[in-house]
Amino acid sequence: MTTFDPYAPSRDTTEGTVYSVTGGDWDSLVQEIGSTKEERVVVNMGPQHPSTHGVLRLVLELEGETVTEARAGIGYLHTGIEKNMEYRSWTQGTTFVTRMDYLAPLFNETAYCLAVEKLLGITEDVPERASVIRVMMMELNRISSHMVALGTGALELGAISPMFFAFRERETVLDIFEMISGLRMNMAYVRPGGVQQDLPAGAIPKIRDAVKLMRKNFKDNTTLLVGNSIWMKRTQGIGYLDLAGCTTLGITGPVLRSTGLPWDLRKIQPYCGYEDYNFDVITADTCDVYGRFLIRMNELEQSLRIVEQALDKLEKLEGAPVMVADKKIAWPAQLAMGGDGLGNSLNHIREIMGTSMESLIHHFKLVTEGFHVPAGQVYVAIESPRGELGAQVVSDGGTKPYRMHFREPSFNNLQATSAMSEGGMVADIIGAVASIDPVMGGVDR
Amino acid sequence: MGLKMGLEEKIPSGFVLTTVEKLAGYMRKNSLWPATFGLACCAIEMMAVGSAAKYDISRFGMEVFRASPRQADLMIVAGRVSNKMAPVLRQIYDQMAAPKWVIAMGACASSGGMFNNYAIVQGVDHVVPVDIYLPGCPPRPEMLLDAILKLHSKIYDEKLGSNRAEIIREVELAAMNAKPTIEMKGLLA
Amino acid sequence: MSDQGMFGAPGTGDTSGYGGLVRTAASTGSSERPYGGYFDEVADDLERAYPLFSEAIERVVVDRGELTLHVKGEKLVEVSKVLRDSLKFEMCMGVSGVNYPADSGRELHAVYPLLSLTNNRRIRLEVSVPDSNPHIPSVVEVWAGNNWHERETFDMFGIIFDGHPGLTRILMPDDWQGHPQRKDYALGGIPVEYKGATTPPPNERRSYK
Repeated sequence: MTTFDPYAPSRDTTEGTVYSVTGGDWDSLVQEIGSTKEERVVVNMGPQHPSTHGVLRLVLELEGETVTEARAGIGYLHTGIEKNMEYRSWTQGTTFVTRMDYLAPLFNETAYCLAVEKLLGITEDVPERASVIRVMMMELNRISSHMVALGTGALELGAISPMFFAFRERETVLDIFEMISGLRMNMAYVRPGGVQQDLPAGAIPKIRDAVKLMRKNFKDNTTLLVGNSIWMKRTQGIGYLDLAGCTTLGITGPVLRSTGLPWDLRKIQPYCGYEDYNFDVITADTCDVYGRFLIRMNELEQSLRIVEQALDKLEKLEGAPVMVADKKIAWPAQLAMGGDGLGNSLNHIREIMGTSMESLIHHFKLVTEGFHVPAGQVYVAIESPRGELGAQVVSDGGTKPYRMHFREPSFNNLQATSAMSEGGMVADIIGAVASIDPVMGGVDR
Repeated sequence: MGLKMGLEEKIPSGFVLTTVEKLAGYMRKNSLWPATFGLACCAIEMMAVGSAAKYDISRFGMEVFRASPRQADLMIVAGRVSNKMAPVLRQIYDQMAAPKWVIAMGACASSGGMFNNYAIVQGVDHVVPVDIYLPGCPPRPEMLLDAILKLHSKIYDEKLGSNRAEIIREVELAAMNAKPTIEMKGLLA
Repeated sequence: MSDQGMFGAPGTGDTSGYGGLVRTAASTGSSERPYGGYFDEVADDLERAYPLFSEAIERVVVDRGELTLHVKGEKLVEVSKVLRDSLKFEMCMGVSGVNYPADSGRELHAVYPLLSLTNNRRIRLEVSVPDSNPHIPSVVEVWAGNNWHERETFDMFGIIFDGHPGLTRILMPDDWQGHPQRKDYALGGIPVEYKGATTPPPNERRSYK
């Protein structure tokens, strides 16, 4: 009987003898292998690795420095979010969905809430102020997500300073998120029907200052990397994937736009009022890592433009509601900032506890049981920083989702690793994966 | 706790041993080197602690996140550990050289968090021994720094030699006689 | 007790809260022409390009502004090729499975959202297979990006895609038993222990639908 010992020095398989190196004497291992003189090496860039953007396992077959085969192994972060949501109400679904693609939580929430609103049939009834706030928060999230992508991508290729600059910008954005929603990440801010609560007083001037600061600070990264000959040598011509490859693999987002096709769902299939904003779709036509890097850098400026336009709109819509008017769907408590932080507004508590029994029952049932969503199936897609994020929601008429599936852009985009890396060198795989910018929470859900 | 070490174990209990303990503790807690074990959302907050100038972890000498577990002292398990990842986690922990400590960062690492299902290990202490549990979803960077400081004081107070054996005996006895959580009833339990 | 309003036990009258009574979920109707928007064009183009349209397409559903073509499993690859080449639906956004245990004979559905870049259109294909014979031909040769999606659907639901280059588990560990996202697979949570009491996991809690 053969037992498998992962720490054993060698074992025989159908492919020949396999030598595992997990420590021990290198010389004795080399002596053992020495006689067979195999040129092919299978290297496992395991799930725990500083450069693979999360728990991604890359199994590489190398001949010297050239990659002959690259396979990606995923599933190390599978959380069963989709099944878990079948046991939670529709509003609670937001808190689960947020944690899928954890660098762009607001996009997950918005895709889910747009799908639920489409099933409910209230897409037109979502107040304009709520849509504008959603757009502003999404664009700020796009900035913070691109900052992490740029920072970690640069770090993995050896440039350490951009990481510090990028995370400094990210802190500016996270401060805004904390001011508005209470949390830096995974906020569960966008709910079916609108957003959780309105902007606090004095938020708009603060956001304007932050936008000015970010515009100034983005120059730090641009002067460091754009046109830098070392950076260009590392990234130009690497990770090539043209339009045919992208369409057959179902790849969207900056990778698709780096082939020259200006496919951006915000312009082409607008949602949340995006048709009213002025911004450009950034493309590149070099299909390589450098092109995708430039796209992400330039999308930062476009996002700032959208945020400024959103702020102008918000100033005009002062005092408008942020939740849908239908009381059978809207979250019942009007949250307010009290002496001890955010909580139920005292007026509301006074009403439901003191005056109206029906209000109390209504509040209780809405919060514990939730609203019913008519049966049906929808697929709603939005443009997340990584590509097309699609939410497919099936309802059976109850208070819980019947089936929730997210079509994550990183899941499709990661399939391109093999196409991008085979034939190249080991060091280029890192650049290619960094340019795809996968978030393993979204890939594995 | 860490494992048995060399010469300092042989020093007889007394003034000399306590001075050596304090010295060893002081040396060990300054510039602990963390191993990169960022899994999910908590990893991003851990990166913010490491790289954002606001939450500079370099002041403790810890900005070098060692990729190789052989060179690391501290494993910050940041994020949800799935069943597929658990053997990998254990292997990395085994590959770290003693003395080593583990911080379970976040609700998912401490107890499975909001994901009480088939795919997630309900608490990373099913796989590795944990020194500090840090709740939060995700915990703020300041909370992670607080956990690291608490770990520093814990390391500083670690005993060696015969004092250590005594402490271990006491802790085991207390654990064996402790009332299980399910039997603590009532509001003042 | 009537079904009106939000609250109260639904039509089945199950007031225990444990949900032991099964609800039917799948809709069975088909939509009438005209479908509205570009759906008529899509249906006409497909009929012209694929003459065996009525054999392959079981029903056409237009709901909430989205077109769903229910396709027979055997004809899936042909219909996909026609949709990709003649109707220019170049991108497939993946496969996802849905499990309707109450719909006997058609328990497992696989849903393929399609996107046309040239015409800026979206439609959806849906294939239904029974539990006893969960085989669907693989569309990896038509849209290569479905490789991992089909592996995921196999992993989570047990739908076997014939012709897939390497159908193995992708999200669960390789030796996992069972298909987690089926309705008959328990959520697998454990009760949480507090001082003196436990909270049951979400799948064992009482809920009033």
